[in-house]
Amino acid sequence: MRSHEPRSASSCAACKLLKRRCGPNCIFAPYFRSDEPKKFAKVHKVFGASNVSKILVEVPEEQREDTVNSLAYEAEARLQDPVYGCIGAIALLQRRMIELQHDLALARARLARYATTYSAGAGRTETDRFSTGALGEFPVACGEFMDSFSLSSYEVTQDAHMYDFTQIPYV
Amino acid sequence: MGSGRCAACRYLRRKCTDDCILSPYFPSNNPQRFVSVHRIYGASNVSKLLQRLPTHLRAEAADSLYYEAQCRLEDRVYGCVGLIFLLQQQIHAAESQLIKTQAEIAVMKSQVQHP
Repeated sequence: MRSHEPRSASSCAACKLLKRRCGPNCIFAPYFRSDEPKKFAKVHKVFGASNVSKILVEVPEEQREDTVNSLAYEAEARLQDPVYGCIGAIALLQRRMIELQHDLALARARLARYATTYSAGAGRTETDRFSTGALGEFPVACGEFMDSFSLSSYEVTQDAHMYDFTQIPYV
Repeated sequence: MGSGRCAACRYLRRKCTDDCILSPYFPSNNPQRFVSVHRIYGASNVSKLLQRLPTHLRAEAADSLYYEAQCRLEDRVYGCVGLIFLLQQQIHAAESQLIKTQAEIAVMKSQVQHP
């Protein structure tokens, strides 16, 4: 017997977009609520519903929400920047990290000079007291593949606002 | 006549035409590259995305799609977003260290100037 419940009343955002019946075991329903239609629309546009479904069945259920949210973030990044997607965000962060490493190296060198001056004047050895740690403590997290991107068309200065890093889907 | 097919058309078992949009970016000598991208995005989505771009940007787009696909295949849950999160953590730690070092410089400076 066919259910009298209208399809649209209980359909998740995915099934509404795909125009199909949203069953009780719909893999999308817990993560693509009907009040967030754009979330699924973006993910579907970039990855395709079928590919998203395959990814979800491969991960444990307790990790599916994080999976969906990271896919949504990637999809959003790709739609905003069709050439580089998330790679653009990674490039920005990598540049920032390299700047910080440089600034930190300069600061530590300066501190070492002060420490030397101070210890010379006070007759004490103070150089070990301060943070003149190895530069290697902050290796930039980045696959070696990143070096192959010329990012020739990437405008770093004006596109930083595109990436809302506060929306990283997990803590 | 399969010898002239790109990796995409070979995988999809179709004729590779002269205007195949995927063939410049998925050469036959690197089949795994297309397999990775196809598994995550699907050939149709990749074709549509590349078609929307000017020709001179398509190579970088195909490379970035491959990179993201590889990240997602290695980490189904977070993909390349995991790397973004890691970089953010590193930046936060480095910024904290820089602030600390600058504070120490200020202390040392005052001690040197006013022993």
